[in-house]
Amino acid sequence: MSEEMKDIVLNYVIDEYLEDEDEEITYDTPLISGGIVDSFSMVSLKRFLENKYNISIPDEQATPEAFDTVEKITTLVKGFLK
Amino acid sequence: MSFSDNVRSMYQDQLKSIEEAGIFKKERFIHSEQAADIEVEFPEGSSLKKVINMCANNYLGLSSHPDVVKAAHEGLDTRGYGMSSVRFICGTQDIHKELEARMTEFLGTEDTILFPSCMDANAGVFEAILTDQDVMISDRLVHASIVDGIRLCSAMHDTFKHSNMDHLESKLQLHSDKRLKVVITDGVFSMDGDCAKLDEMVALCEKYDAMLFVDDSHSTGFIGKTGRGTHEKYGVMGKIDIITTTFGKALGGASGGCVSGRREIVEMCRQKARPYLFSNTIAPVVVSGVLKVLDILSENTERRDKLERNANYWRKGLTEAGFVLKDGDTPIVPVMLFNAKLSQDVSNDLYDEGIYAIGFFFPVVAKGQARIRTQISAGHEIHHLDKALDAFKKVGKKYDILGRSKQEIIEMYGL
Repeated sequence: MSEEMKDIVLNYVIDEYLEDEDEEITYDTPLISGGIVDSFSMVSLKRFLENKYNISIPDEQATPEAFDTVEKITTLVKGFLK
Repeated sequence: MSFSDNVRSMYQDQLKSIEEAGIFKKERFIHSEQAADIEVEFPEGSSLKKVINMCANNYLGLSSHPDVVKAAHEGLDTRGYGMSSVRFICGTQDIHKELEARMTEFLGTEDTILFPSCMDANAGVFEAILTDQDVMISDRLVHASIVDGIRLCSAMHDTFKHSNMDHLESKLQLHSDKRLKVVITDGVFSMDGDCAKLDEMVALCEKYDAMLFVDDSHSTGFIGKTGRGTHEKYGVMGKIDIITTTFGKALGGASGGCVSGRREIVEMCRQKARPYLFSNTIAPVVVSGVLKVLDILSENTERRDKLERNANYWRKGLTEAGFVLKDGDTPIVPVMLFNAKLSQDVSNDLYDEGIYAIGFFFPVVAKGQARIRTQISAGHEIHHLDKALDAFKKVGKKYDILGRSKQEIIEMYGL
């Protein structure tokens, strides 16, 4: 489940945010602090996760830090899954 | 005094780092009126140099048109210099209402409200019409003033990849639960010179019950058969809910802008838009000038037709010379150089050849996308364009980039 979720998030980030096809990212690539995802565009990732896993992430927990890597995002989402 | 040595030194360090990064902006002083031929003092203190201006937003060549200048003089004589008021206290003259009506007619909308600038229109409109129950979905390359307006608004914000209609549709689906949805785009994108696909965007907005916002600052007056804008070009006049545009480019080039569109949207701006409520009315002299511009544009399409011919001639000449251009069919023709330093070197060499064209690089454009943005005007004659082409060819040859592909230029100069 964990690996599958990581791949789902990773693929979403690649499709959604990467403009350069050659750019490579991993589970640990800094997305927001690394300038790949700007804080504006984070909203679509949050909504994607909420719809996909049928959860609700409160805004105060959807921080740039919590969304900074695929690894961290997965940990955050898992905390909301029952 | 709170501006201590520490504070001063902090700012000096910041300015130094801007300079070291090679992105410190320096102004060039023009000693003549705005036109194809200008006299420039650059660097500061040097003697005046006659150059051909290839980077003004003076698309229709009306910035210094004698009839516009005359009308501005008449406005100055009959309505005075300033109003010393915002619009709703005692800053609205008959000519402000006349200009709003004329813009409504010109753009084919329901109503119009003037703003001190299009930057102000974009900064004020979203906050005036949306709340936190709504969503704004913007193209990722929209102008900085739209980004600022979005930041000032409490509605949710999302983006779609530049001109990617599939991606836009997926975002409209993702946010289908929102009360109001507004899709936001430039009509013509200022750095790339391409047009938004407004026909497809209108269809998507109708399908998903969203409003469509278009900033047409780089097209009002010359895009479309009679110059009404991108909505005319794509056959969707009357279907754009909110248009913002400027008087600071093709329409005389002085200052001022407007929001034009659905009657209720315009009225909401009149009641709530902060730059309208808390900033001075447009000076009568500017209003009078823009009214004359609209008279000139209503007489015939001569100027926008000449601009189109000039832009085609210029694009063809650069292509045949072997430059890499951004695709498009507007008077904004970006010559791609990819490397930031190369764009500055080429710009400086062009200046030595008597051609004024500025290099743009990150953060104004994406990293590795440095370019010289050329802008064509109806004020250019063929001899201007031929001289500029010769200069571009000479400089292009010097750097051995003519006939080279993007990949080859990047291999030679790096990103």
